[in-house]
Amino acid sequence: MSNVLLDVQNIKKYFPVRGGFLKTVQGHVRAVDGVSLQVNEGETLGIVGESGCGKSTLGRSILRLIEPTDGKIIFEGNDIRKYSHAQMRAMRKKMQIVFQDPYASLNPRYSIMQTLTEPMYVHGLYNGKERAERVRALMQKVGLDPSYASRFPHEFSGGQRQRIGIARALVLNPKLMILDEPVAALDVSVQSQVINLLEDVQKDFNLTYLFVAYDLSVVKHISNRVLVMYLGKMAELATSDELFFNPLHPYSKALLSAVPVPNPEVRKERVILQGDIPSPANPPSGCVFHTRCPIAKEQCKKEVPEWREIQTGHFVACHYPGEGV
Amino acid sequence: MIQEATVVEASMLTAHRDERPKFLKRFWRSGMTKLGGFLLLALLLFSFVGPLLYRKSAINPHILSTDIGPNAQFPLGTDSLGHNVLSQLMVGGQSSIEVGFASAIVAMLFGTFYGMISGMVGGWVDTILMRIVDILLAIPSIFILLFLDVAFQPNILVMILVLASTAWLGVSRLVRGEAMTIKNQLYVESALALGIGRFRIMLRYVLPNIIGTVLVAATFQVADAILSMAGLSFLGLGLPPPTPNWGGMLSDGMNYMFQNSWWLIYPPGLCILIVQVSINLIGDGLRNAIETRER
Repeated sequence: MSNVLLDVQNIKKYFPVRGGFLKTVQGHVRAVDGVSLQVNEGETLGIVGESGCGKSTLGRSILRLIEPTDGKIIFEGNDIRKYSHAQMRAMRKKMQIVFQDPYASLNPRYSIMQTLTEPMYVHGLYNGKERAERVRALMQKVGLDPSYASRFPHEFSGGQRQRIGIARALVLNPKLMILDEPVAALDVSVQSQVINLLEDVQKDFNLTYLFVAYDLSVVKHISNRVLVMYLGKMAELATSDELFFNPLHPYSKALLSAVPVPNPEVRKERVILQGDIPSPANPPSGCVFHTRCPIAKEQCKKEVPEWREIQTGHFVACHYPGEGV
Repeated sequence: MIQEATVVEASMLTAHRDERPKFLKRFWRSGMTKLGGFLLLALLLFSFVGPLLYRKSAINPHILSTDIGPNAQFPLGTDSLGHNVLSQLMVGGQSSIEVGFASAIVAMLFGTFYGMISGMVGGWVDTILMRIVDILLAIPSIFILLFLDVAFQPNILVMILVLASTAWLGVSRLVRGEAMTIKNQLYVESALALGIGRFRIMLRYVLPNIIGTVLVAATFQVADAILSMAGLSFLGLGLPPPTPNWGGMLSDGMNYMFQNSWWLIYPPGLCILIVQVSINLIGDGLRNAIETRER
């Protein structure tokens, strides 16, 4: 077993809902509601779920870009939630994020050279010449012509901008990278290139990925293990192969049955969920999934299912795991 | 080693230079902007270079030739005290333009600083700072201007500060709104994720992205300040004599309106009109150019 790089324990993020006279707190949106996960050095953990399930909030909470309400974030053995502002800033060298929207995530007033040298300058790494040299090397690495260094973000396409975003995340030599739907905003043709690039740099820089996405085929391709989230809670966690061939949670089954298969001969049995995702401000009682679950029973409405290990490394939160849908 | 670094620096500068001509071209493209530019240039030459060419005192009265119409000796006539109107118009333009630009700059600097803090810090600080602005905006500005003008002996510096004291309010609101928008942009969040400090983010991420809007507002602020000063002078509370200014000249001229002394009214009135129109045209051009760039 390799070393655990990131150990998230029971992390919660509740957003207060204010309203009424004097803007009093009326309730909370439970965006992330008690998620625990361990990420080993060098692995890729995929996080999937439909939009609004809290997967992006989870990524940002781990980096403390959004301050979590509760829980521990243990990175390399230290709880970074106890870190001061200054300690946290220094810490950021080791954990980086790539955002979904490459158009909005680059400062429009910075040239690529400025965008990529600034983090090194701020952290006092390298001297002027080395920084420029590193930028050129990194641009080459992510598949951009170093002669474009003096250009501005608006002169690039979406795929190129995402490459810049990746280069910027790499420039500080991080250990952990949170990829927040890094290809969702790109053309399908560009998506695969960027995915391949991410796989390449993971090997070269020995990176650990937390890959947040809703595209299951992409997640399956890149992840070692996959966590399925529903309404801010963990539904199922297993190795990529295990989850895709032997899903136990009815929600995972429904998600997987929605993945298109590029073979017209195969007739897949679809599990169609009824209704919409409930409001995280007012989650259902018992198992949060019972309102849409095809196999829900009385017990599911009353008791919150335990997070338990069914097989080695295969966790699920369901009273009736693996029962036919 | 140093050479290498300078090469990089130079390439960054080139990139900026690449941007500039396009921006200037877009700015200069419109005929109305050109008209505004030429009008303002003409007024600047008239006020600041004019007195060097037309060397007649604006302050010494010609006691024997008071209130006479334009003639060969006095191209724009004299006023009731025998002042040369053309010279007064030139010198009066200096103070009007100086005060206009200076108060706009002061208002822009302070308003940007104030609005930036309000927008970036947010929370209760923002609430308090903005309520102060609301309160000040609720008082009619002419009242504040009159009060301050009476309370302090107006000289050119006081005049600048008095005019800036009401002009910064609008700027601070504008900047606060823009800062709040940009604060929530993804590139600011990425900067935070990279460990870039909040002060640096304010200076290098937020400020450059709102400077365009501020600049446009400041241009209109110049026109406003010139008009406000003319208004105060018209009410007899402008710069004290003998320094002439356009508003004061207009105010004096109004007393002789029924004696058909048109040369006392039209020249300063036209000057005020032209400076307003020219600065507004430039402001419009600037806004169009900046908005296109941001698109």
